Parts: sequence; C-alpha cells; structure tokens
Amino acid sequence: MMNISLRQMKLDQAGTITAVKVGGYLGQRIREMGLIPGTKVRVHGRAPLKDPVALRVMGFTLTLRNNEADHIEVEVSG
Amino acid sequence: MGIKVALAGNPNAGKTTLFNKLTGARQHVGNYPGVTVEKKEGNCSFNGSDLNITDLPGTYSLTAYTDEEVVARDFLADTRPRVINIADASNLERHLYLTVQLMEMGMPVIIALNMIDVANQRGISINHELLSERLGVPVVPTVARSGKGHKELLAETIRGLDNVPPRPIELSYGEDIDSALDEMTQIIEENSFLADFCNSRWTALKFLENDAHMISKGYEHDKTTTEALKKIVGRVEKHLLSTLNTSPEALIADHRYGYIKSVLLEDVLSYKVDNDRLFLSDKIDKVLTNRFLGPIIMLAILFGLYQFTFTYSELPVAWFENFFGWLGATASAVLPDGYLKSMVVSGIIDGVGGVMGFVPLIMFMFFGISILEDSGYLARVAYMLDRVLRVFGLHGSSVMAYIVSGGIAGGCAVPGVMATRTLRSRNEKLATLLTAPFMNCGAKMPVLALLIAAFFTESQSTLMFVFTLIAWCGALLIAKLFRMTVIRGESTPFVMELPPYRMPTFRGLLIHTWERTAQYIKKAGTVILAISILIWAIMTFPELPDSQVQSFEAQRSAVMVNYDQATIDMAALEDIQEESLSEAALQLKNDLTVINAKEAQTALKNSLAGRMGTALESVSQYAGFDWRTNIALVGGFAAKEVIVSALGTAYSLGEVDAEESSSLSETLSESPEWNKAVALALIIFTMFYAPCFVTVVCIVREAGSWKWGLFSMVFNTIFAYVLAVAVYQVALTLI
Repeated sequence: MMNISLRQMKLDQAGTITAVKVGGYLGQRIREMGLIPGTKVRVHGRAPLKDPVALRVMGFTLTLRNNEADHIEVEVSG
Repeated sequence: MGIKVALAGNPNAGKTTLFNKLTGARQHVGNYPGVTVEKKEGNCSFNGSDLNITDLPGTYSLTAYTDEEVVARDFLADTRPRVINIADASNLERHLYLTVQLMEMGMPVIIALNMIDVANQRGISINHELLSERLGVPVVPTVARSGKGHKELLAETIRGLDNVPPRPIELSYGEDIDSALDEMTQIIEENSFLADFCNSRWTALKFLENDAHMISKGYEHDKTTTEALKKIVGRVEKHLLSTLNTSPEALIADHRYGYIKSVLLEDVLSYKVDNDRLFLSDKIDKVLTNRFLGPIIMLAILFGLYQFTFTYSELPVAWFENFFGWLGATASAVLPDGYLKSMVVSGIIDGVGGVMGFVPLIMFMFFGISILEDSGYLARVAYMLDRVLRVFGLHGSSVMAYIVSGGIAGGCAVPGVMATRTLRSRNEKLATLLTAPFMNCGAKMPVLALLIAAFFTESQSTLMFVFTLIAWCGALLIAKLFRMTVIRGESTPFVMELPPYRMPTFRGLLIHTWERTAQYIKKAGTVILAISILIWAIMTFPELPDSQVQSFEAQRSAVMVNYDQATIDMAALEDIQEESLSEAALQLKNDLTVINAKEAQTALKNSLAGRMGTALESVSQYAGFDWRTNIALVGGFAAKEVIVSALGTAYSLGEVDAEESSSLSETLSESPEWNKAVALALIIFTMFYAPCFVTVVCIVREAGSWKWGLFSMVFNTIFAYVLAVAVYQVALTLI
C-alpha cells in the first residue's frame, strides 16, 4: 500500500481517497461529489489530450482536471 | 394562491422531466432578480388542492459558491415551501448529500426516489420504507418519464400540511465542531441574529463553512455578533489545522457523508451485482470518447448540428421572408406616400421581419442542442475539448456557441450567443458570448463575398477559409485577453458528472425549444422593434431640402418631355419584363432610374447617418474608408448584410440585392477610391466591429446587464478599427 496523488493513477487503477487538500470552491465541489477520505475511486478514462480525467465513484462517472486531481491523495495497492 | 412546493435536486436527477410532467404546459419561465438563473414556475392540481410548483436550479449543495445555489437557498429560506427532493435511485449516496442539507435547513422534505427502474435494472435494490423510517421523511419511488409514482408523490406532498414544520436534523460533525456550534447557536439566539432567515444552528453551520453570502448578510444585519461568530470560527479553524490538518468545511462534509453511509448501510441499499461493471453507457463512452475516434465523431456531430440548424431552417426562414416581403408590398400599395408609409414599411415591417427571421434558426438550434444536452453528449464535448479551450480561459462547452455563431462560416451570432446558456460557469460564459460574434455569420458573408469577388478573384475559396481561421484566432485570443483583464478570475472547477447516456423524450425537447424561442420573441422583440425604427430614422432624416427635391423633379421632367404619354405610362409600370417594353420606354426607364438612384444617394448623404459617415471620414481615412463606406457600416449595425445594400445606395446604384451584387462589385473594382488594401481593411473591420443590435440585445439578456452589451459595441468597434488601420497601412506599403 502506498499514497500517491490522484493525477499519478493509471487507467483502470483503483484506490481509496486518504485526503483532499484544498478548500474554497474547488474543495467544496470535490467534496460534494463524494470525493472524501474513505471513498473508493477507479480511473475510468482520460480525455483525448490526457486531461481531464474521468473517475468512477460510488457508481457514477465524474470528471476533473489533472491540476484539480493534484489536491487529492489516494492509497493504492502496490 | 395554492400550496407552495419546490423541486430540488442535483443536475441530471430528472427534475425538469418531473416538473414538465406535473405542470404540463402551465408553466412560466422568468429570471431570479439580479442574476441570469432561470426561474420556472407552474401549477398543478391534485385531489382538489392547488399546488404552485417552483423548479429550483439543479445544485449539488446549498453553499454560496454559485448563483444557482444562492438562489435556491434564498428561495427555500424566504418562502418555506414543501420540498420535493428528486434523487437518482442509482446514485443514492451522492444525491442524499443535498437531502441532508435540506434537512439541516429544516425544510419539509419528500424524497422522490427517481429512475427506480434504471436502478433495478442495474441490480440495485432499495428498501424505501426503511430509508423513509431512518431519515424520518416520506420516500416515494418514481419514474419521472413514465409518470410512475407521481400520484403517490403528490399525495405525500399535501399530506400533513397542518402539522408543525419538522425540526431541523441535528447531525454530529465531531466534537470540535459540535461544541463550537453549541457556543455559536447560543450567541445567535441571544441576539436573534438573522432569525428570520433560517434556524440558528444552520446559521452557525454556514459560518463554520465560511459561507461568504451568509457572512456578508451577517455584516449588514449585526456587525458585532458577526465578528463574535467569526472569532469562534477562526479559533476552530486554527485548532483543526494544527491537530488534524483539516478544515471545518472538510470535516462537515465528511460527517454528512458518514451519516448518509450509516443510513444506507444494512438492508436499505444492496447490490445484486458488482457496482463497478460496465453498463451500456460506459460501452458507448469507450467509442465516443476514444482517443482517436472521439474527436472525429465529435467534429462530425457538431458539423451535423450546424447543418441541421442552417439547412433545415432555410425553408421556414424563406416563408417568413416571403410573408414579410408580401406584407411590405401590400403596405406600400395601400398606404399613401409619406413618412407613415416609409416608417411602416422600412422601419416596422422590416424590423419585425428581421426579428422573426431568426425564429426558425433559434428553434432548430435549440432543438438540436436539447438533443445533445438531454442525451448527455454535451458533457462529453466539454470533457474532450476542455484541455484546448482552458488555455484561452474558456470552457469545453464554449465550442458550440462558436460553431453556431459562424465558426463554420455562415452561422448566426444570435442563436450562438443564446447557446452559451448551456455554460454553467459565469466567467467562461461571459468570455464566450462576448467573443462569439467575431465569427463569420451568414450576414457577413455577402460583404465578404462582394469584396473578394471585386478584388481577389484568383483565390476566392482559399480566402474564405483564411478569414474563417482569422475569426477563430481573433475570438480565442480576445477571450484570453478578457479573461486576463475585464473578466479575470480563477477558472471554474471542472468537477463535473458525466451523466449516463439517455434517450431524450420528444416532449421534453419540444418544451425546451418552445420555452427558449418564446423568450426570444418576447424579450428581444420589443427592444429590437424600437431600435430598428431608430435606425430607419437616422437613415431617413433629415430629408433633402425642397430645393434639391425640386431639382431632381426638374431633371425627371426634362427627360420626360422628350417622350409621348404612352411611353411614359409604359415606363412607369412596375413588374414588367424589360423585353416587353418598347425601346423608347426602356430608354426612359433607365434614365429615370439613374436620376432616382442619384436622388437616393444625395438623400442618404444628407441623412443623419450620412452626416455621421461624413464626419467620421477624418478618423476612418486611416483605414481607407470614405463617407460611403462609413454610412454602410453605420447601417450594418442593423444587420450586417445592410452594408452591401447601403454601399449600393451610396454608389447610387439604386437598390442592390445582397445576394446579387455583381454590379456593385464591378463598380467598386473600377472605382479610384478602392483597392485591395481598402477591401482587406473593410473585411477585417466588418468581421470584428460592433455586433448587429439583435446580437447586442441577446448579449444583454444572457450577460444580465446592459453594461456588457455596451461594452461589446464599444470594445469591438475600437478593436476592429485598430486592426483595420493596421491592415490598411501595411497592405498599402506592400501593394
């Protein structure tokens, strides 16, 4: 198990969020979509230019930009 | 008045579908005061009760970060309605996040567990009775599309109306926050601080969430209490940062989700199959957002939307044109000569005709966009293009407004500006709608075609393409400039749901299309009529002095004395084929046409517009424009194709049809004042100067203030002038 930033996750890799290190509007948007510590996420796809990234969270698909994913820490296996 | 009911829910929860089903055609669309958020109201009666339903904007939260959230929250606090909370059954966990916040506010909530059929298909089963018991609010499974569960939903809504309103739910947000909340609640109650807005614990919670809207409300109401509360918040923030390395906002969100998880656990929500498996929607996405196929398909779809809007609307546009042409001809035949006739025909009928001419375009475009939006594809467009458009401070969805405006040459900025309505983020929307009019719309095309035909015969199609590229570069770069200056601000977070693909309902599409078209006719119609009369007036008044009118009359008489009465009568006939005229009559008719055209030219030069044109010569000469061009450009504010017809009049060619301008293009290419440099400068100026006033009216509507309409007129004209002067001066040295 190790902690990486969400940006570094590979396609189809799954993990569990450990921290969301941003406040304000962006932090609010991230949290209200359910991206909080303990939530499981999986990288569902990336846009043709590799940014934004599409995540699978609690049964729905969510997009966010790479520089927004930087604020989210994820625990992945191996 | 009826029972007040509000529909609340996340975007894509099926809120609008439910609203349409419940209220049918009995709805009213307006705006919330001061913001461009749409306010939709409708009525519905059930079992003898009248319900007055408001469809709140779709939100994920009740914070104060967007206009939609503030509007929804203020509406709830001010009117205290019964709230039907639509939650997507297949996404219950996230949708209940809003529910919890509604319950924190103490609203009487009825949950519509929507799209229960889809959830069941996905192997999700929900024990709604247990859910209702745990949350303490009624829960009704529904399918908004088919109407399943609507009766039960309405029955729950009107049940227990006379009961006391529910107590706000009191969640625990952890020891630190809870004790701060207690302390703050006490202060709030002692000072009856913002007591008429919402319950005191909620007010305290908003302060802890650092809610800018509540804090500024607090400062207006009671400065001392606000500062006392802020002091406590500051203490908690500091404490949480040092001990847990987190913020009150984050902790509150975590606890709300914790509460939802505990409610859903054990027997309420269960999955028969793996929640993570690929559904049909995901399989479609594998193709439609594929690295290579995705962009190609997207271009094809956007091109298809464009074709759909502008090809299929051709016929109805022609009907409108024919109808108003017929109306104009009838009016000219019936009314006596004079100001009244001139104003009715050239001012009112042409003006209204101009407004109505856009109606088929707007209907077709919104129909097409509604398909893209309702099916979920629009979100994919934004997703795929975000990386490119973000560079210019725009949003992925901006591309649609650009394309409709003329990003593929020949569009129209009026529906283009209206298309920005799909953009939810304010800064990006403003930047898009202010720059979309730079695209080469269908009305600029005749001007470009005229000048290219006159001066650049060798490379017509290449040049058209080059000018399209210039329009894109101009629009994107100016958008970037705006985002760094007048519309500065962080880019709006892209945290966005990719909703599953859904088949749009025909009824929903028709309602969307009709709503937007009706708004255009109502709001834009009145202003546009007034402005078109104004433009008619400045191109007509003051009229030629009597002495000049008499001099033209004398010229006509001088010509006519040489012919007998029969020839004169024959030449005066309208709608007659030239071949069937006698040689003498043809000669006379031509001579008279020349004199009439000369008179029209003199009259135009003498009008207010003409005087403006002449006065502007001192400035415009640096771009190579003489008074004739200036008049044409002033007229072009009415509609860009007027530039061609006004140039025709100014060169005393009589009436020039914008589509058939070969005589004008010959005149220009032979005229000593004209050369390639002037033509280039005029093309550039036409592309970038003030949008036509119909577009300006739409900008005002979408941006929410006259300030931006005025800004676009002034800025674009100055910018176009600077560009045109540069082009002209450089081109002169090269030719």
